Amino acid sequence: MRPEVALPILIPLMAGSISLLFWRLRLAQRLIAVGGTGALLLTSLWLLVSVSHDGILVMQMGDWPAPFGISLVADLFGAIMVVLTGIIGFAVAVYSLATTGRGHEAFGYFPLMHLLLAGVAGAFLTGDIFNLYVWFEVMLVASFALLILGSEKAQMEGAIKYVTLNLLSSVIFLSAVGLLYGMVGTLNMADIAQRLSRVDESGLIDVLAVMFMVAFGIKAAAFPLFFWLPASYHTPPVAVSALFAGLLTKVGVYALFRVFTLIFHQSPSYTHEILLWGAGLTMLSGVLGAAAQFEFRRILSFHIVSQIGYMILGLALFTPLAIIGGVFYIMHHIIVKTNLFLVSGVVNRLCGSYDLKKLGGLYRTHPWLSILFLVPALSLAGMPPLSGFFAKFIVIRAGIEAGAYGVTFIALLVGLLTLYSMIKIWAEVFWKVPPEPDERESEEEESSIAPIRQREMWQLYAPIVGLALCTLFIGLNGQPIYELAAASADQLLDPSRYIDAVMSNNGERSP
Amino acid sequence: MEPLMAVVIGILYATAIYMMLRRSIVKLVIGLMLLSNAANLLIFTSAGMTRGAPPLIPEGASEPLGQVADPLPQALVLTAIVIAFGVLSFAVVLIRRAYEIVKADDLDKMKDTDT
Repeated sequence: MRPEVALPILIPLMAGSISLLFWRLRLAQRLIAVGGTGALLLTSLWLLVSVSHDGILVMQMGDWPAPFGISLVADLFGAIMVVLTGIIGFAVAVYSLATTGRGHEAFGYFPLMHLLLAGVAGAFLTGDIFNLYVWFEVMLVASFALLILGSEKAQMEGAIKYVTLNLLSSVIFLSAVGLLYGMVGTLNMADIAQRLSRVDESGLIDVLAVMFMVAFGIKAAAFPLFFWLPASYHTPPVAVSALFAGLLTKVGVYALFRVFTLIFHQSPSYTHEILLWGAGLTMLSGVLGAAAQFEFRRILSFHIVSQIGYMILGLALFTPLAIIGGVFYIMHHIIVKTNLFLVSGVVNRLCGSYDLKKLGGLYRTHPWLSILFLVPALSLAGMPPLSGFFAKFIVIRAGIEAGAYGVTFIALLVGLLTLYSMIKIWAEVFWKVPPEPDERESEEEESSIAPIRQREMWQLYAPIVGLALCTLFIGLNGQPIYELAAASADQLLDPSRYIDAVMSNNGERSP
Repeated sequence: MEPLMAVVIGILYATAIYMMLRRSIVKLVIGLMLLSNAANLLIFTSAGMTRGAPPLIPEGASEPLGQVADPLPQALVLTAIVIAFGVLSFAVVLIRRAYEIVKADDLDKMKDTDT
């Protein structure tokens, strides 16, 4: 019995239900939010330590032997993702203490946040493909409700697109699961991988692989399926944006990594070729979309899309180094991207706008905030010695070694354009002389900007500083992180270890 | 039975996609409903249909006699129906609120967040 495998799912579920009990007690909900996500972070670290010591951990639900019950499986990749969930959950929980309005809290912001985290952790830990669908839905329902908290016009418009496309992707996923079950007669991912290698209808397998690719591609916001993301991510309260930006698309990327290393690795010349070009076009279309934008959070949203391309590129090249690069990129990206959204929230808090044209001069008034913006921004663009440099370096080196020069060139070009975008934000928000405000508008804005109190200062800045330190840590101390990514890539590329761990765990009686 | 089901499922998917491509948000939700039902039927059919053999174990025996229906796809469909019900009721509430706030049921008038 290894409780740490199930705890990252159970803790947010419990925290969410308990904070429902305190529906009217604002203070209790806030305490549970910080305590619950803190506990999630600690157990996820525990899980990572035990997985790196003892190898892949498996827990059979209800002690049913492997292909019949639901298995929870924590391999290194899954455990790393759970740790990132814990870090982001904790940072966003602290941050939302200061940024979430009373009205949003009264409509269940904190319980929904816990439910979202439970869905995300469940998706990372499950070893059963239908269960993966269920966790996706848990996560989606929570994200739907979080997205429309506040019911503003833009939120409604964004939410309709978000809900429709995500439901469409769920249905495609479900159809693919149904067809897969019809073919192999099992839902356990390890068992599917085992049996699929004995099926010789390669045409049907390729069709299924593409169905999964489309379903997870929509969730991961890959080209050409990303349109819902920039239409919706800039509309909700900023803490929600940050949480979504860090975690949700990465669940799609995780599912792609899992399915295309464990189950569909028979004909990489077909499936991974599609992924390769998809990755290149994702990078390019995301970064070009960002170049045309002048809204802080929309620029960042388009950059999520372009960064997803790098992760999928790692998977598509399908060499050991490329997978290491993909895993490293995910680790770096989740932390950096959430941090950028948190900074955008502070800027909005200080100046009352996300529009780059209305902002300016923050370097003069808030130099420290500007430095805190530069750390994740330059890391996103891939400047050494920050985390993004090593992530990009590994992926691009893998691309050159694999001889995929076209896509590697795109990756380099996109790095440059990312730098351009970040410098644009820097120049517009922090450097230029602030524009003369309109008489009428400034009066409205004056009233909406409340001065930041001392306690709120901590709640706003502590998560940003913490995540910036994580970025620096990954950048300056790259070797252990690289080794961790290498070990998890090792496990991903050798599916037999995953299969053995799940299938040999049969009937192990726990005391 | 399977060819008939295949045709039914195909028509359901086609109708659903057609409805989703229309501009009215009400038709969009109807499309989503049909789509989830089509997926449920697909799971049910692709797992193989067995007539007149419920998965029951006769008294005294320790395993079912002969070929029986697979109970697992039914459990999957049941789960999927419940999830789809919850999500779609959310979608219905969402389009109602959107209609109240945007004052239009036309998707072409909801382009503020696209530029």
